[in-house]
Amino acid sequence: MKNIILITLKETKTYYLSPMAYIVGAMFLGLTWLFFNTSIVPGDINPITEANVRGYLDPTTLLFIIFSPLITMRLFSEEEKLGTLELLFTSPVKDIEIVIGKYLASAIILTSTLMCTFFYVLLIYLFSSPDLGPLLSAYLGIILYGIATLGVGLFASSLTGNQIVSAVVGTVLLLLLSFIDSLGAMLEGLPSTVFNEMALNYHFDDFTKGVIDVGNIIYYISIAILFLFFTTLNLQIRRWK
Amino acid sequence: MIELNNITKYYGNFPAVTDISFKIDKGEIVGLLGPNGAGKSTTMKMITGYMPPTSGELSIDNYDIVQQSIEARKKIGYLPETVPLYTDMTVYSYIEFMGKLRGINSKTIKNKVNNVVEICKLGDYRNSLISKLSKGYRQRVGIAQAIIHEPEVLILDEPTIGIDPNQVVETRQLIKNLSGEHTLVLSSHILPEVSTICERVLIINEGEIAASDTIENLSSLVSGTSKIEIDIIGSPQSVQTEIEKIDGVKAIDLWVKKSTNEFTTFSIESDISKDIRSEISKTIINNGWELLRLEAMGMSLEDIFLKITTTE
Repeated sequence: MKNIILITLKETKTYYLSPMAYIVGAMFLGLTWLFFNTSIVPGDINPITEANVRGYLDPTTLLFIIFSPLITMRLFSEEEKLGTLELLFTSPVKDIEIVIGKYLASAIILTSTLMCTFFYVLLIYLFSSPDLGPLLSAYLGIILYGIATLGVGLFASSLTGNQIVSAVVGTVLLLLLSFIDSLGAMLEGLPSTVFNEMALNYHFDDFTKGVIDVGNIIYYISIAILFLFFTTLNLQIRRWK
Repeated sequence: MIELNNITKYYGNFPAVTDISFKIDKGEIVGLLGPNGAGKSTTMKMITGYMPPTSGELSIDNYDIVQQSIEARKKIGYLPETVPLYTDMTVYSYIEFMGKLRGINSKTIKNKVNNVVEICKLGDYRNSLISKLSKGYRQRVGIAQAIIHEPEVLILDEPTIGIDPNQVVETRQLIKNLSGEHTLVLSSHILPEVSTICERVLIINEGEIAASDTIENLSSLVSGTSKIEIDIIGSPQSVQTEIEKIDGVKAIDLWVKKSTNEFTTFSIESDISKDIRSEISKTIINNGWELLRLEAMGMSLEDIFLKITTTE
């Protein structure tokens, strides 16, 4: 546990000391602001019908496909490039502790970036009176969605010593995982259900409607755990090579 | 302290190390010598638990490196060949992080970091970013992180490679000062380094142990002869004839190494079992020549190394 906290703190600190943090953060907030604007400001095409956050949180999930790998890309790739992985691996720390430590750091970074979007919520509150329930559930959903994508991103980072490659691989994996339900739409019966259930997007809708389904929560957490497991496995395989 | 039994390591189908066994006792200072690609780094990576051996048993202080990896790793301080550092951290925070990672608690960490910063003479740079440091200083930071937790075993892979000669001397001195407290394994292909620091030498060639002994024993083992040099004032011809008469001197190994107007330098090789130095001095005195120097020449590590790695 001590080791996990140590690694988490170090990674979080390193991230926020790098210019990358602010570039990624600014881009993320800029784009969500755009989504927020178009979703909330009434217009001909998009007449505003209700005071909620669904309109901008829905497209925000798509942002994670690009932003999560950007947050996680350096976590293992950089260690590989600098050779510091050798020091971590020869320190009395379990591989799983390294993985969880780094993962938690990425979760803190993502959550703190998301916190900035509370400003939009504040704006909604100032000019209307939205339902608190769907708002909270949507934010729970988006955080869960985010941490699932971080798991995938971390796994991609453990595959290569090149940060760019890691980010691209992560994005490709996330694209597959997000839109696999469109494959489900083309099929029928059990295969359709399986593909639908596998998709990241498929489980998000309920949250924006104010429905908190335990199954959906378990799904996102399972995806994260599964990919953390893959990451650990991958690190162990690399030792044997 | 360190025990390897029949260790073999394959990279794919390529055998990097084949069936090596050796034992290093507590407090020993051992040099791992070998040409590039001989298997030195691979051996060290296995000892430190970075990669498991393909077959064989490896233990640190009786903890198996695969089964009880965490316990074994606690005993080790390691400086890999590439000197891995987080270049975006300061010297102080890097050493502190590595110390904590090796299990030092937050109460004592400050003292310990200050201590190694002093030992490694990093005081002026403690708050500098590692990316701004020269290679020599980075090397010291690397050594500092390896000794912060006062490990029983210290593994240094090519610790002086790629730094300028002045810093090489300082780094060597630093390692030498450390050697008292740790079991030290050092790899190098720079022979004088090994001969100045290490008590025992393990020569690895093509993934196998070619020799393991003290430098003195190795030199006699390899040559079977001892070498003496004398500077003498007197007629070279008569010196040659008289010294050849001494029992144990092989005529063929007596030769003039250097001749100046004032004196002649002879190199004499004799059987290792006999010390002929007193015989030589007697002969010189009896003939009324003047002796300027008489020196027993050990075989240099270069000679031994070349002999072992090229003949076997």
